[in-house]
Amino acid sequence: MSPDPFPLGPPAYPLGAPLVRREGREKVTGTARYAAEHTPLDCAYAWPVAATVARGRVTAVDATGALALPGVCAVLTHENAPRLAATGDPALALLQDDRVPHRGWYVALAVADSLEAARAAAAAVHVSYAAEDADVLLTAGHPGLYAPETVNGGYPGTRERGDFDTAFAAAPVTLDATYTVPPLHNHPMEPHAATAHWTGGRLTVHDSSQGSSKVCEDLAALFSLDPGDITVVSEHVGGGFGSKGTPRPHVVLAAMATRHTGRPVKLSLPRREMPAAVGHRAPTVQRVRLGAGGDGVLTALAHEIATHTSTVNEFVEQAAVPARMMYTSPNSRTAHRVVPLDVPTPSWMRAPGEAPGMFALESAVDELAVLLDIDPVELRMRNEPDTEPDSDRAFSSRHLIGCLREGAERFGWRPRDPRPGVRREGDLLLGTGVAAATYPVYVAPSSAEARATADGGFRIRVNATDIGTGARTVLAQIAAAALTVPEDRVRVDIGSSDLPPAMLAGGSMGTASWGWAVHKACMALRARLRDHDGPLPAEGLTAAADTRQEAAEGSPYARHAFGATFAEVQADTVSGEVRVRRMLGVYAAGRILNSRTARSQFIGGMTMGLGMALMEGSRLDPAFGDFAERDLAAYHVPACADVPRIEAHWIDEEDPHLNPMGSKGIGEIGIVGTAAAVANALWHATGIRVRDLPLTVDKILPRLRAAREGAG
Amino acid sequence: MEPTRYPADGGTVPATEQRSELVLHLNGRAHTLTVDHRTTVLDLLREQVGLTGAKKGCDHGQCGACTVLVDGRRANSCLLLAVAQDGRRITTVEGLADGERLHPLQEAFLERDAFQCGYCTPGQLCSAAGVLAEAADGFPSHATPATADPAAPVALTAEEIRERMSGNLCRCGAYPRIIEAVADAAAHHGGTARPGGAAEHQEATP
Repeated sequence: MSPDPFPLGPPAYPLGAPLVRREGREKVTGTARYAAEHTPLDCAYAWPVAATVARGRVTAVDATGALALPGVCAVLTHENAPRLAATGDPALALLQDDRVPHRGWYVALAVADSLEAARAAAAAVHVSYAAEDADVLLTAGHPGLYAPETVNGGYPGTRERGDFDTAFAAAPVTLDATYTVPPLHNHPMEPHAATAHWTGGRLTVHDSSQGSSKVCEDLAALFSLDPGDITVVSEHVGGGFGSKGTPRPHVVLAAMATRHTGRPVKLSLPRREMPAAVGHRAPTVQRVRLGAGGDGVLTALAHEIATHTSTVNEFVEQAAVPARMMYTSPNSRTAHRVVPLDVPTPSWMRAPGEAPGMFALESAVDELAVLLDIDPVELRMRNEPDTEPDSDRAFSSRHLIGCLREGAERFGWRPRDPRPGVRREGDLLLGTGVAAATYPVYVAPSSAEARATADGGFRIRVNATDIGTGARTVLAQIAAAALTVPEDRVRVDIGSSDLPPAMLAGGSMGTASWGWAVHKACMALRARLRDHDGPLPAEGLTAAADTRQEAAEGSPYARHAFGATFAEVQADTVSGEVRVRRMLGVYAAGRILNSRTARSQFIGGMTMGLGMALMEGSRLDPAFGDFAERDLAAYHVPACADVPRIEAHWIDEEDPHLNPMGSKGIGEIGIVGTAAAVANALWHATGIRVRDLPLTVDKILPRLRAAREGAG
Repeated sequence: MEPTRYPADGGTVPATEQRSELVLHLNGRAHTLTVDHRTTVLDLLREQVGLTGAKKGCDHGQCGACTVLVDGRRANSCLLLAVAQDGRRITTVEGLADGERLHPLQEAFLERDAFQCGYCTPGQLCSAAGVLAEAADGFPSHATPATADPAAPVALTAEEIRERMSGNLCRCGAYPRIIEAVADAAAHHGGTARPGGAAEHQEATP
């Protein structure tokens, strides 16, 4: 006999409960298997060969030496690799022709019986090139810059409101400053990897991906297969931060190698090849001009971006987009220009657009506060718009002021002496800084299935992906709340393209998109159960739902999450080293669905923002055309000792205009504004304004010395 | 215990100029293996023995995801050539729990939500197990006061943990929770920690 599926009273596990991650035990015992941890019988290993010229053509590939090595079964090149159909992503047209669009582009693939043999074979492949002159350096005045029609996210490249030039010229107080953000790399801890097996006309792939439905769809298109003949599994994924959002070269190469050799093939990208192969955050040169009255209210705002893309694909980091909705700005110009260079194709990295754009905007607002002698928290409050400036739509909810107030209170912002360079502790100068954060609310169509099983349990099937967010857990909570049953009676299946297709884990919209479909399926199941008499059939009762209609309807409201980040830094006047002492963020992101995992996401985003502020960045080498900082020894990400006390808090925000859960996304907003809060705190500590990330010793020490000598 | 030979581990392949036979004690169990001289301990564990708990993050000793305990001390297994480890006792994350009973560090990582994607976690756990042992044995770190008694165990303050755990990168940014989890485990066990995991106490005769 099945238990009553609708017990009386409130749900046993309401949304927001701090449930422990469902897959936690597998992760702490080492039994959670990631993409490269499947080794089918007779598995071969692939190792890619990356181009060593910045631009040109492959004139010859000599694989004789490689093929003569013991255990080597194949070397794929553009001459013998399987032909691929074109897709929307030309960066996946691998080994199809002799063109080398950038250094690090894959030109061959060695396949062997062992990892060691594959690596040795790749090293023994001799590739000859006809090299051409390459241009890899972005400058604000690059002659190739053009204004793209749209930028990432589908936003218009340029927006004008009012008359910026006249208002800026007339403003009593103005700021005109240029900020730069270097190329940044996602560097998830798990390198991009795939294990592919082509057998009996079916392709099975374990892929390190943020969304296996999309991988399945693209592999089907590339190899001209029916998607029903492909299964892509992404059960556990070791982070992605955008770089695994869509299929990347590794999965295509692994599929080509298994088709070519007939054996299962495993491919894991070497860490130092990732920056050129999997996307990066493009560098930006950002000019911000602010004009304000003596009361601090903005009358003119311009945010103009120069950035790069590759010659392979146009990707434009939408860094000027947040300036369209952040503050009162009757006269506004927000514009992007992009130049295609001989560089790897940029892509999404945590909060594309918002992360670099809000570094510039929030630094500029801080500079304006200094010019006006107004507290930077207060200045932001004075520029709170009534409606979204760019669209004039009402906000579904906007609690930036609440975040600033609560953050200031919790952080101990006041009393604050606004003067820079006056708080000493031995050789250290101390200061505090603040910045605002924002991230849009997106939702994408997804489908899900809910089944009541004969034993009284429930089973949810949805192709969500858990890249570390705790998707299994929060979807179980959403289902339990919708079904009004305890969460432990709900089983959740995710991470396979054989499940009902769903949105990838990206754009901070995973939980909203999957959860909405799960909620809808559960409500349909409840209706079926209500109408059902007698015991459940052996196969249970199933209800399916998709949210195509809901997602297409859009909203009459402007929907964004907001936040405020506070930081205290110390600058060492002897070494020039800047360290963060503590950080505190307060967010308004709708209903928080699992307080334990949500806190981890906010803190994780802030930590990546700390890296962006203090240490992350690479440079394109003009002589060789590659990123100079390619691995984790050269590209520094925060280590344990870099990260002090970080606190994340949130405001209880009720927003009925979102989705059935009332949630906004939380995966990205933590990184937004954090770098500006740290840079603003550095100014408060030292009086040195660094507009060029990261805040490294080489930029700070000479100015500290100059200030000391000037004072002496 | 009988030594185990895995069909895929090269155990049936004779030793040659390129391959040698050796014995490794993996999580308390002796394995006789014939290994390619180029094979690292990490690749041996992951590709030949089926112990995929130790992770490959960088393969160059930069990230710590591959951390295991070798004779009770932590090491980056991607930097160790397997052929040079003959006779060593190696503990991986799979060897930390005592059957179904999790190691206190594993319990603490779960309770504190000290991870997100989980890919660095096995390395963090093995590294933390090494930290507990090092601190118990009085090994100083950069954060240890110069005045500390060199013969006494080091108290694992947050500063000490931060410093000692800095060889293990976490891109999800779980560091604050990792520090709390390691502190929990250190407090829970005090001087009686079983830092090397259950496997360290098992018979390891080939």
